[in-house]
Amino acid sequence: MACEVEYKRSRYRSSYSRMVKQRITFIAVLLVALFALLLLNISIGSSDISFMEVCRVLLMDEGMGNNAMIIRNIRLPMALMAVVVGASLGIGGCQIQTILRNPIASPYTLGISAAASFGAAMGLILNQSVLKLSDTMAVTTNAFVFSLMAAIAIYIFSLQRGIGKNAIILFGVALNFLFSALTMIMQYIADEDQLQGLIFWSFGSLLKTTWTKFYVVLCVLSVCFFIVMKYAWQLTAMTLDDTKASSLGVDTAKVRRIVILMTSMLSAVAVSFVGTIGFVGLISPHIARQLVGEDQRFFMPLSGLLGAFVLSLSFVLSKLVIRGVILPIGLVTSVIGIPFFILIIFSKMRSM
Amino acid sequence: MLSIKQLNFAYKKKKITYEVFDGLDISFNKGFNVVIGPNGAGKSTLLKAIFGLLDCDGQVIYKGKNIMHMNVREKTDLMAYLPQMDVDVSSLTVMEMVLLGQLPDLNYRIKAEDMDRVMEILEALNIEALAMRNFAELSGGQKKLVFIAQTLVREPKLILMDEPVNSLDLRKQLELCHLIRKIVKDKQIDFIVVLHDINLAARYAHHLVVLDGKGKCYASGTAKAVITREMLKSVYGVQANIVLDNQGIPIISPIDAFTL
Repeated sequence: MACEVEYKRSRYRSSYSRMVKQRITFIAVLLVALFALLLLNISIGSSDISFMEVCRVLLMDEGMGNNAMIIRNIRLPMALMAVVVGASLGIGGCQIQTILRNPIASPYTLGISAAASFGAAMGLILNQSVLKLSDTMAVTTNAFVFSLMAAIAIYIFSLQRGIGKNAIILFGVALNFLFSALTMIMQYIADEDQLQGLIFWSFGSLLKTTWTKFYVVLCVLSVCFFIVMKYAWQLTAMTLDDTKASSLGVDTAKVRRIVILMTSMLSAVAVSFVGTIGFVGLISPHIARQLVGEDQRFFMPLSGLLGAFVLSLSFVLSKLVIRGVILPIGLVTSVIGIPFFILIIFSKMRSM
Repeated sequence: MLSIKQLNFAYKKKKITYEVFDGLDISFNKGFNVVIGPNGAGKSTLLKAIFGLLDCDGQVIYKGKNIMHMNVREKTDLMAYLPQMDVDVSSLTVMEMVLLGQLPDLNYRIKAEDMDRVMEILEALNIEALAMRNFAELSGGQKKLVFIAQTLVREPKLILMDEPVNSLDLRKQLELCHLIRKIVKDKQIDFIVVLHDINLAARYAHHLVVLDGKGKCYASGTAKAVITREMLKSVYGVQANIVLDNQGIPIISPIDAFTL
């Protein structure tokens, strides 16, 4: 009898560890795929550089003509930026969806990118820099300051007693409308050149990446990731109802505050450096959820990896669709993303 | 075991206050305590207050210590709590759902003991076959059992359960009450359970507490002492017959509601 019980248990133990192994495999496969895409991204561009040449430059530090310079100073930072920005948006989306328990929420739901656009508009149209920096940095720093302001506004709003998830979503929607309206005022008073600049900025683009920008995003991403990972089990519990989570000993208000702060930081940094890139933060967690479920130990890293993968793939496509032209990456993600979005709505319709 | 002293609580919304407890005094015994009372009497609110989820005045004393202002960690070490509200959607498996019950002690790596404890409780509830199923695919009663397993998987000193037998079939209701009594006996864990079924409560509870629906405790004690025609009339507004079975356990059969 005891033997039979032990046999049964060992069967369940092994089927659970099989499931865990499968999830780790997903993550490993995606890591490899991402690395391949990274190399592909470096080799595709206005001048053709072969795959082998890319490897030679990266590994042995030698290349023909300008290749080494092009790869190291232009393509490598851009390709890496696609990875870190994608990962930031993926993790941000995963966290926002978890704490607001809303499968169609994303960092943009909170109005952060609208705020960033307004900041950029101020820099481009009024030539105003909130931090009194040179014109070249004005757009980025303005975007960052305003997206951070939106983030802090949301954070302070969420600090109040008895603020639930719906109130936070509504507040985000309100911020979204506010900053969109302010941006439109800017557009109204702008001349043609400024208007074009602003519209181009809001498309989202990786072309202005520098190593410094990449390191800033990387640092924020790493810090936020480790902090949020510490709450993996608490966040898994928070995929259930709030009462349920607190019955399991989760301080839901505290976890929600920390996560809002982290996701706001992630999206503020990503948006201010590369402009509006929609749908990555929405799609990646959704695919990740289908693959590994909502155990945050796997769900969160996989959302980040998928975000990086989707953005890298979009970047490759943006360079291939029209030969010789690099489409703004934000447009590509939206074109890929919208069918997905509709698919999500359709598949959720039964439960809505 | 646990006593509540001068508990006051009201749900406030703008200028309207709805008073739930008005200087409530209760003492619970060791073993299987059951709380009964009419709808809206504050049974669920009482469990929330004990678990520290509400902002209320008064004292909740456990072993001479007021536990009202314990931090989260101390609270979960002492108690486990099954809320009434049911969660329907989740992409977790049953195994993961029950593992979450051990949340305060979980690490990134799941230990074999953690898994064994999950299997042990699933076996005790006869739902071990569901272990690898997706939670969302289960029936309402099975979901309830999974949450019961989640609550029972740790072994704290005190377990609070809010209407655990709702949506369970007749046999499962009896099995659960049996299991609770077994856990009380084998592991010396005390229970405070909210039930609606007075007959079930009478049969299994060591100690019964009746809330009167006006913010006070109407009576407490053994089933025989508490379940009277007078209590059913003044607390529930119901006319009922009560007979004692051969073990001396009262069985009620309701006849009619008193018209007011």
